[in-house]
Amino acid sequence: MPAQELNDNRAFLIEKVIKNYSGIFDKATTEKVALLKRDKITRPAIYIGTGTCGIISGAKSTLENVNRYIAENNISADVIEVGCNGCCSAEPIVDVQLPGKTRLSFCNVTGDKVDDILNSVLHHTLLPDQVLGQYKQPGQEEWPNIPMVDQIPWFCSQRRSILKNAGIISPVSIDDYIVRGGYKSLYKTVLNYPADKICEIIDQSELRGRGGGGFPTGKKWKIALDTAGDQKYMICNADESDPGAFMDRAMIESDPHRVLEGIAIASYAIGASQAIIYVRSDYENSLNILNTAIKQAKEYGLLGENIFGSGFNLSVSVRQGAGAFVCGEETALVASLEGQRGLPGSKPPYPAEKGLWGQPTVINNIETIANVPGILENGPSWFKSLGTKSSRGTKLFSVAGKSVSTGFIEVPMGTTFSSIIYNIAGGVKDGNSLKAIHLGGPAGVCIPPANLDTPIDFESLSEIGATLGLGGLIILDDKTCMVNLARYFMDFLQNESCGKCIPCREGTRKMLDILEGITKRPKEESTHETLERFKGVVQLESLAEVIRDTSLCGLGQNAPNPVLSSLKWFREEFEEHIFDRRCAAGVCHDLRTFFIDVEYCNGCNICQKKCPENAIIGSLKQPHFIIESKCTGCGICFDACKFSAIYFK
Amino acid sequence: MDHIFEKYSLKKPENLIPLLQDIQKEKGYLTDEIVDKVADYLHIPTNRIYGVATFYDQFRFRQRGQYHIQVCRGTSCYLCSSSSYLKEIEKLLKIQAGLVTRDRKFSLEIVNCMGGCGKSPVIRINDNYYHRLSVSDLSDIIRALREKKQ
Repeated sequence: MPAQELNDNRAFLIEKVIKNYSGIFDKATTEKVALLKRDKITRPAIYIGTGTCGIISGAKSTLENVNRYIAENNISADVIEVGCNGCCSAEPIVDVQLPGKTRLSFCNVTGDKVDDILNSVLHHTLLPDQVLGQYKQPGQEEWPNIPMVDQIPWFCSQRRSILKNAGIISPVSIDDYIVRGGYKSLYKTVLNYPADKICEIIDQSELRGRGGGGFPTGKKWKIALDTAGDQKYMICNADESDPGAFMDRAMIESDPHRVLEGIAIASYAIGASQAIIYVRSDYENSLNILNTAIKQAKEYGLLGENIFGSGFNLSVSVRQGAGAFVCGEETALVASLEGQRGLPGSKPPYPAEKGLWGQPTVINNIETIANVPGILENGPSWFKSLGTKSSRGTKLFSVAGKSVSTGFIEVPMGTTFSSIIYNIAGGVKDGNSLKAIHLGGPAGVCIPPANLDTPIDFESLSEIGATLGLGGLIILDDKTCMVNLARYFMDFLQNESCGKCIPCREGTRKMLDILEGITKRPKEESTHETLERFKGVVQLESLAEVIRDTSLCGLGQNAPNPVLSSLKWFREEFEEHIFDRRCAAGVCHDLRTFFIDVEYCNGCNICQKKCPENAIIGSLKQPHFIIESKCTGCGICFDACKFSAIYFK
Repeated sequence: MDHIFEKYSLKKPENLIPLLQDIQKEKGYLTDEIVDKVADYLHIPTNRIYGVATFYDQFRFRQRGQYHIQVCRGTSCYLCSSSSYLKEIEKLLKIQAGLVTRDRKFSLEIVNCMGGCGKSPVIRINDNYYHRLSVSDLSDIIRALREKKQ
């Protein structure tokens, strides 16, 4: 875009759009906004989802092919890179919008399908099976026989307010965000309200921290505001170190300006002039997008010195986390920002009183922050109308694991697990049955099918002994071994334990050893050793109590959760591993015993040659036999057999 | 390295982590000499720098191979049996996770999560992502890379 046009756009957006928060425009403005919003377009627009999940699925090659197609066919069209709309399993998603028509969304558009799809759209001959849906756009002609995007199962039960723009707007275009009502709340805030009023509004909305603790955000801000300090800090925690959750990444990649606006409002409310966004280092894509967004906001005067002429200054910087799970803990995060090892400190004093460099510091999760502009725009009573009595608003969840569809969703608090799994995610993959759901990352708990109808809010979850955590939902099917999963989580936590408190450092190690003892060989042993192993399980429980009661930070206190919850709900599985030395799911490789089916075995002799333990006997062209006491369960024969004659129990 | 130092004109200890991150991004890994230089520049004892650098997973003191293979071991990828991919790669390259092959062509790393849980299991080789591969496809990819000349 030429510089002059860019300047005109900027002046128009700031003066006519942001500053007019009544939302009622004159005719000329309405038309220009519709153009910028791409409600009305003059030439075709092609949108490609290039979030991380899109890139993993091959969106880069899709993008190349779209550009090649346009160049080859001499089509004048806009190609826009957008974030992710949440339905990650349908990526790469490509949207096509023709002038006068509604925007169409196609799923699974890998590079080789680009030509077919663009050909069919541009010639108005659609094959409905390629289409995900079409977007509602008033005044535009609808495609016949194509469902609306908000009617398809993945979207219809969702209530998207912070994900409103996700997958629709370009994350690197501030204009896209502004024409959809962005930065209006910031303008309203800095011009109309004193800082304590903002804290009050947030407090009235009963917004609670989404990072896991659930502390009322308004109260936290008020503490920081009331504490005297030379320089207060606002920190946005986007260091999503929970493996299996990806909402933070998705928020940044899809709608970074909403986060920035939230940070600016929060900083104003606590009187901070410096804000830091703590991003995970593995997410390079998010990092680039965030830096671009900050640069744009500075150019527009929405961050920086004297914002909207109110005298409010704010500098926002991005810091990369260096990969430590414990840095999700507030005090450890502060230590990491100060250039030290990320060791948690004792609380109180809470960071809101004494945080970074001893100054009042508010640390909020990115999802909490993203809720703020909406609350300011629509009022606290709007926010309170969503969700349940104890937990207001909506909550982001990432749905992954063995469900049919995977991705991230936003639902009102109080939605049940079953509604998420069966209505939104489409049930369990490959027709398997559901075994459990794991909620809240490595230090989270598993929810058995009996509790599926529990509404997801802070109170109901604590009643069944669960915590919300960040909101990572992992769907487990009946081919999952709960003992092995508990071992996996313990392995992770043991690795990530910072080593400050002995119960956590040594206790997690010990728990891991016990779990490994259960899932590994030796298989043949005396009754005495079985008893010893069972004593291990009893020890697991007492160890868990010690770790929970004597660790300093959330990581340690919650570390035994996955083991305890699987012991509670799936105790028989542990006992089966211990006494019968059997893993019903066949996941614990060491516990497998192999057999040869004489009907299928033609005596080719391959397994006998490959067996490292000489456990297979038999002569050529005669069915072979495995000596059970010699077999170590390595599975080499199983992989080697070309006739599927070997099976395991 | 001077141009990286210039970016951090404020010689404060809080710049330690970003400084090490930038150096590692350019050099690929950290060495004892680098740590000495950083210590001189920021006026912090070297033992503290080692303390920080070994605490965080991101910093490494070993050079990566020409092709750096990252296998995701997030919960979702783990459930979708990413460990069998890991085993296969270890077998093919004859190295364990965290090491580099003798010809410096491949290095293997386990990462906690790449944020692609919706597409698990995810494997990344340099800047290319692969998802839901079959084990034999994976071996083909690695063989092709191995035969590729520089």
